[in-house]
Order: sequence, then C-alpha cells, then structure tokens
Amino acid sequence: MVEARLYILQRLTAAMMAPMVVGHLLTILYATRAELTAATILARVQSSPWLIVFYTAFVVMVAIHAPLGLRKILVEWGRLSTRAANLIALFLFVLFLGMGLRGIWALTGGSISGGAI
Amino acid sequence: METLTVQIWRGAETGSFASFSVPKRDNQTVLDVVTEIQQRQDQSISYRFACRVGVCGSCAMTVNGKPRWSCRTHISSLKSSVITIEPLKNMPRIKDLVTDMTGFFDKWGQAGNVFESDKTRQDAPAKVDPSSQQRKAANAAIECINCGVCYAACDVVSWNDEYLGPAALNRAWSLVNDERHTGKQDTLVAAMGAGGCSNCHSQGNCMTACPIGLSPTRSIAGLKKMSLFSLMGKQDG
Repeated sequence: MVEARLYILQRLTAAMMAPMVVGHLLTILYATRAELTAATILARVQSSPWLIVFYTAFVVMVAIHAPLGLRKILVEWGRLSTRAANLIALFLFVLFLGMGLRGIWALTGGSISGGAI
Repeated sequence: METLTVQIWRGAETGSFASFSVPKRDNQTVLDVVTEIQQRQDQSISYRFACRVGVCGSCAMTVNGKPRWSCRTHISSLKSSVITIEPLKNMPRIKDLVTDMTGFFDKWGQAGNVFESDKTRQDAPAKVDPSSQQRKAANAAIECINCGVCYAACDVVSWNDEYLGPAALNRAWSLVNDERHTGKQDTLVAAMGAGGCSNCHSQGNCMTACPIGLSPTRSIAGLKKMSLFSLMGKQDG
C-alpha cells in the first residue's frame, strides 16, 4: 500500500504544481517585460505575503514530487534496490526542502550565511 | 522455389542463432515454419505449441523482435524473407524457444487472482446484469488466456523484477469488477502492493502486442483509479 500512497502523492503534487508553474512563468514574463530590477522584485515579494505562501507551497511540492520520480528512475533504470533508492530519495527530499526554504527565508528578508540569493 | 532464411535461437541464456532455409509457401505461419524445420531439418529444436489455431496461447515467441503468437502470424504479414525467432523476453530461457514461465504464473497469484465466493453449488447461479458498468469493465478484460505476450512486451517488467505485469493486473481488474467475487478488497490490496498497478507507465506496449486486442493498460488505469478512491476511504471507484 505504501507504493500506492507514494504514487498518489506524486500525482497529487503534480496536479497542484501544474497551475503553479504557469503562475510562476507568467510572473517571470511580467517581470522581464516590465523590466523590473532585482531590487524592485525583491521589494514586491517581501511586501506580499501571498507570494511567500505561493512559493513556500511550491517548494514543498517540488521537494515531495521530484525525489519520488527520481526514486523510480533509480530503481528502473539505475537498477538500485528499492531500499537504496528510498534512502537517496529521502536525502533529496531533505536537500530540496532545505534549499527551497532557505531561499524563501532569504526572500522574506531573513539573513543567511553566504550572502544574498 | 523462393526460400525463407530463418534464424532460430539455439541454447539457453547463452547461445546463438542457427540459420535454416525453408521453402516459401502461399499460406504459411511462423509456427508452420518452425514445425517444418523441426520435422525435416533439425529434430533437436525445442518449442511449445498445442492448439495451432490461436486458442491455447502456448506458442508465443519473439518474431522479428516482437512478441507474437507464432500460430497466428502469417509469414506474408512480416514482409521479410529473413525471419528471426527467439524465445519470449522477460522470462528465463530453458532451451531454444522454450522459456520458464514460473515467475509469470507466480505473479498471477501474487496479484490476488483467486476467485472467492460465498455460494455453493446448491445455490442458484448469480444473476449478473450484462449491461451494468461493472460487468462491462470485467468483460473487457476477461478473454485473456495467459500467453505471456504482454508480459514479454512490457518495458517495466524488464526494468523491475517486482512488477507483477500487465496480464496479472488485467486479471485482478476483471476480478474486482466481478460482483460475485467476495475477496474484492484482498484482490485490490494485492494489486496495489509493492509490485502493483502504480508501477505502470501507461506506455501501452501490452495493449499493442496483445494478440486478441485486450488493453491491460486500461485495466491497470482502472486499478489505479480504484486504489485512489480506496485510499481516500471510499469503497467503490
């Protein structure tokens, strides 16, 4: 049943990410067309809690979705055991979630070692 | 007389192709060709067949790279005078064209494919409405005769040893839609287990290769949908 649950989790995150990706791309198109500077973009993001919520949700979805897909590729094409693939996927989940949330933290004005994003 | 060049796999996991020359005839199947070679040229060739007319599913082989029933594959349909015949893929090779189908049939059982009933022979036969949605779904999958062609055609089977494969899951689908089957939940749980329906990539190789035009891909999609509803707490998809 675990396999079926993970399968559904991956499809659900995919379904939720699809409109988010469109939203993200439209935002990028708008930002480049309006020729916004990095400073302006940062200021706008920081003043909009919705954008922070949007990108936090996006980062969480990616952290769940991508390792699940890579896990299957590791088993099917990489010929790894399910156990080994599980460990790698878990590591990637933590890594992606950590990197993503670190970025969000920086967007909200939090300080991170190593300078600005 | 025109002749065919026939390459037949000799050996087991290791081996090589042996080449034979067979007269080309107007009406000739791949099974006819193998039989002619075995009868007249090399009696040591091993292959399986029984009914010769597409009923039993024993004679499946890889012909020019694709899994097919050798009895229902006419030489003329191959549009080639060079015919390469190998055993089915995704199964251990025993000798020449004969494979060990034990794993294939074991998985059949692992997918929860035993019919269970609470009725006895004293009870009247169940009245099943043939036009019901459920029965239509069961009927669409039920003609499978276990030939193993879909299993040999499936890429996921070749990548993942645990995967139960299209035939076993197709059977599970016909069972979960059989209203007389009392072990429906057990079958569904088995079909959505580690090697179950969620492994399918919906590539449709099984559907393309099936000699009688069944669509295990659709059956597996049905199981996926049913497992989603089952995990979300509903009884029926």
